[in-house]
Amino acid sequence: MNTPAVQRGCLIEARDVVKSFGQTPALRGASVAVSRGEILAIMGPSGSGKSTLLHCLAGIFTPDRGEAWFDGQRLDALGEAERTRLRRTAFGFVFQFGQLVPELTTADNVALPLLLNRTKRKAAYKTAEAWLDRLGLGDKGGRRTGELSGGEAQRVAIARALALAPKVVFADEPTGSLDSLTGEKVMDLMTGLAREQAATVVLVTHDARVAAYADRVVMVRDGLVSADLGTVGSAAGSSRAAVTSYSAKAVQ
Amino acid sequence: MTLLGLLEREPSHGYDLKRDYDAYFGRGKQLPFGQVYATLGRLARDGKVVAGGAEPGEGPDRKRYAITETGRDEVDAWLAEPAEPEPHLQTVLFAKVTLALMLGKPAQAYLDTQRSAHIRRMQELTEIKRTGPLIDVLLADHALFHLEADLRWMDLTSARLAELAEAVRTP
Repeated sequence: MNTPAVQRGCLIEARDVVKSFGQTPALRGASVAVSRGEILAIMGPSGSGKSTLLHCLAGIFTPDRGEAWFDGQRLDALGEAERTRLRRTAFGFVFQFGQLVPELTTADNVALPLLLNRTKRKAAYKTAEAWLDRLGLGDKGGRRTGELSGGEAQRVAIARALALAPKVVFADEPTGSLDSLTGEKVMDLMTGLAREQAATVVLVTHDARVAAYADRVVMVRDGLVSADLGTVGSAAGSSRAAVTSYSAKAVQ
Repeated sequence: MTLLGLLEREPSHGYDLKRDYDAYFGRGKQLPFGQVYATLGRLARDGKVVAGGAEPGEGPDRKRYAITETGRDEVDAWLAEPAEPEPHLQTVLFAKVTLALMLGKPAQAYLDTQRSAHIRRMQELTEIKRTGPLIDVLLADHALFHLEADLRWMDLTSARLAELAEAVRTP
């Protein structure tokens, strides 16, 4: 377990991470490794520590003990300035609420992280418009984000996260405030586009139907990470035959 | 299988098995005596239980049945094997958890195995939705919601295992 993460094909890894808030332990030695290009879902009940784990993997929280690795570097050993730079250049974030600036237009919101990374204004807006197009929001570039529906706002957040060409997208309950069908469309777009961009995704959710979009699912319980619950391709049988047998059983 | 599992606690008479079955698993529907004795007869034929000599006393059958090693193995195999993730599982899931707790076996491990089987199935169904025609999406959605309901039940049950263990061990 002492080989640096990058040598084992993983991009991000938490090793025996302990993190407490005051007297309350959130993580009690959590370990998880995410491969390059993998979509990992972290499930768990509320208060299990799943969001804390995501925040440690993204370098937003520093573990009390244990290590957080990204691309061969120890995140927890970097200075704040260096971690902020990483978060701005290599990571994209999609959260449940409040990530867009409501007074700005949709295009401004998507271009903002690019501008912060010193992309030229014209190029930043061009990239922003292209991503909004891909997310079916081509006609909404001039709208203020405060006027968008929940599903549209989440699609803008995905455009903003992916426009940076991040190595990792961190998503914390990205469909938490959406109805089922809208949530599904958001998941479809996010996982589809991330695969296309070969971006790694770390997704935190309490919803098993959302987690099922991932390549691999782990569960956090009492501050520890369980073994894999599901890995795509590990189940037997053809999917097509499977859904048919399901319907036959359902009508019996 | 449930009767065999009940026998793993201690050798019992058919009558006692029926009474316990009705109390724990019957949910208002009584198991007919005939079915109890037919099942015991079949289990004895297959070497999963042995019948002791008849004891003096009243009642139609005073034989005491004891589980054999083969029978124990069968109960263990049944508990370890996740049920096929499909809707309307509640009877099987419920029976597995309750029996595992009664017998002091690792119910949490059973739930984890089952959870894993459910999640894998949900991943397959999600893949079908991504690539399949809308009619398959419709069926897959139905299955996904049922599996999700099972999973939520498993989560809640996991959280209650200690209490449940108390409840089934002190009837």
